[in-house]
Amino acid sequence: MTAPTLAIDDLRLGFRGWAGTVEVLHGISLHIAKGERVALVGESGSGKSVTARLVLGLVQELRGARYSGRMAFEGRDLGALSRREREALRGDRISMIFQDPTSSLNPVYTIGTLFHEVLLRGTPGIGTAEARERAVAALADVAIADPGRVLSSYAFQLSGGMNQRVLIAMALANNPALLLADEPGTALDVTVQAQTLTLMQQLVARHGTSMLFISHNLGVVREFADRVYVIYKGRIVEQGPTEALFDNPLHPYTRALMAAVPRITGEGIPEIDEEQTGFYAPLVAHPGHSEAELRP
Amino acid sequence: MKPLLQVFEVSKTFDAGGKPVRALDGVSFSVLAGECLAIVGESGSGKSTIANIVLGIYQPTSGALLFQDKELPDVRPLALKQAIQLVQQNPLSSLNPRRSVGASIRLALDVHDIGDRAGRKARVGELLEEVGLPADFAGRSPAALSGGQRQRVAIARALACRSELLVLDEPTSALDVLVQARVLKLLADIRRARRLTYIFITHDLAVVRNIADRVAVFEKGRLVEIAPTADLFANPSHPYTRRLISAVPVTSRREAELRDRLQEPLDADL
Repeated sequence: MTAPTLAIDDLRLGFRGWAGTVEVLHGISLHIAKGERVALVGESGSGKSVTARLVLGLVQELRGARYSGRMAFEGRDLGALSRREREALRGDRISMIFQDPTSSLNPVYTIGTLFHEVLLRGTPGIGTAEARERAVAALADVAIADPGRVLSSYAFQLSGGMNQRVLIAMALANNPALLLADEPGTALDVTVQAQTLTLMQQLVARHGTSMLFISHNLGVVREFADRVYVIYKGRIVEQGPTEALFDNPLHPYTRALMAAVPRITGEGIPEIDEEQTGFYAPLVAHPGHSEAELRP
Repeated sequence: MKPLLQVFEVSKTFDAGGKPVRALDGVSFSVLAGECLAIVGESGSGKSTIANIVLGIYQPTSGALLFQDKELPDVRPLALKQAIQLVQQNPLSSLNPRRSVGASIRLALDVHDIGDRAGRKARVGELLEEVGLPADFAGRSPAALSGGQRQRVAIARALACRSELLVLDEPTSALDVLVQARVLKLLADIRRARRLTYIFITHDLAVVRNIADRVAVFEKGRLVEIAPTADLFANPSHPYTRRLISAVPVTSRREAELRDRLQEPLDADL
């Protein structure tokens, strides 16, 4: 069996500060099989974004960050890579989409220049003309009707939805094995968000890209992911296939989350106890979906 | 029910670098006393413009507003300013970071000259307790509170005066889902207890379904549909409303069925 695209085992992270170490991740394990769309869902401060940043190797560069555990990308131990090797993966084999599309794009360069820079990571030495040609094709792929105009524009001249599509096109331009998406579309209007998510879904399916989808929005997760990990205060509390997890949440925390989501069928606003009993209960995996069972 | 606020043919044009932009285009509706009217729409729909006009921050280019059957003057007397209060989306930026939260609430009492010195201090404590916070939180700074607690402070401040109409501008959008549920519950309880009227501005239709009595849908500066909440979700008549509802990411099969029934092609403009 081939190695999963991403495998994380017992990942722990703490930040050393003035008042001792703050533990952020308490030993999380997860994996993403090839072509799989996996969601990591949790509230703010749960540790979901920092997990993606660890995979990218961004957190390791912070002073005061202390981490342990194993992260393997396509079987290669990410911890054993040199800084240069890690940087080479970024933007090429592993890419990331951030929450706010407009602020992710450098405002002083045109989209065309930025796109060229992205393509250089995958194809060192690629010329302007060829880069432009590939950028036009990539933008057409994300349903941008007028790629030429977009390439000569700056991010602030384009709408949020347009910038989000530009970012998706850039993230997939070098055909990465793994795409990390941190709250994609959260900053967009609902109809635009729905469009971009559908688009992203089609594209990753076509490219066979594995995906880690980070979100606090349960509805978006339900529509996007094959499998879900629920994270609470640095611990994975529940994991399972999307449908089973939403139809039958098992962990007290997941149940509380599901109960608290307002529904368009109008079930009212539930009474949420301040008392958070059971949220620290150990990890519950749906039958056949524990790490041990899925990763022989 | 009597209308508390009536909006007649209100338009607002902004000047964007010599080019007029019509943010609101002949909008008319009323807000009934004691109801929660949701205003929904996407960016550029005019929902924030109408809120600012109701609050007296903007003057309409044309049209008129009646509050308790009297036309709202351009310069509002203090009593009217008290009656119409605002809760904003991000309490971290709407509360002064250099002031204790008690002082922020108290400022409303000072400005409107409500009560005496000793009375005001006690009143701040009562207001904090009304929104579910301990009275001794008054001494804390906004930075020392969680997002949900900060939003509770902002609500307490809006309640400090003799408020009748609360304009809630995305009050729970920045909150986690468990916190959001608690704050929505609090808002519903306060409205009932104080017989307040709400204008609830949001882009989240799932929230609207569970808190509003009626919904007004705005698109590009126009009011395209206004209906009782249950009717609007069961049978949205405007295509834009259908588009909005069918774009909501849902978490259950029942919702998915409802949404699929209303499905309009979302990729029409792709």
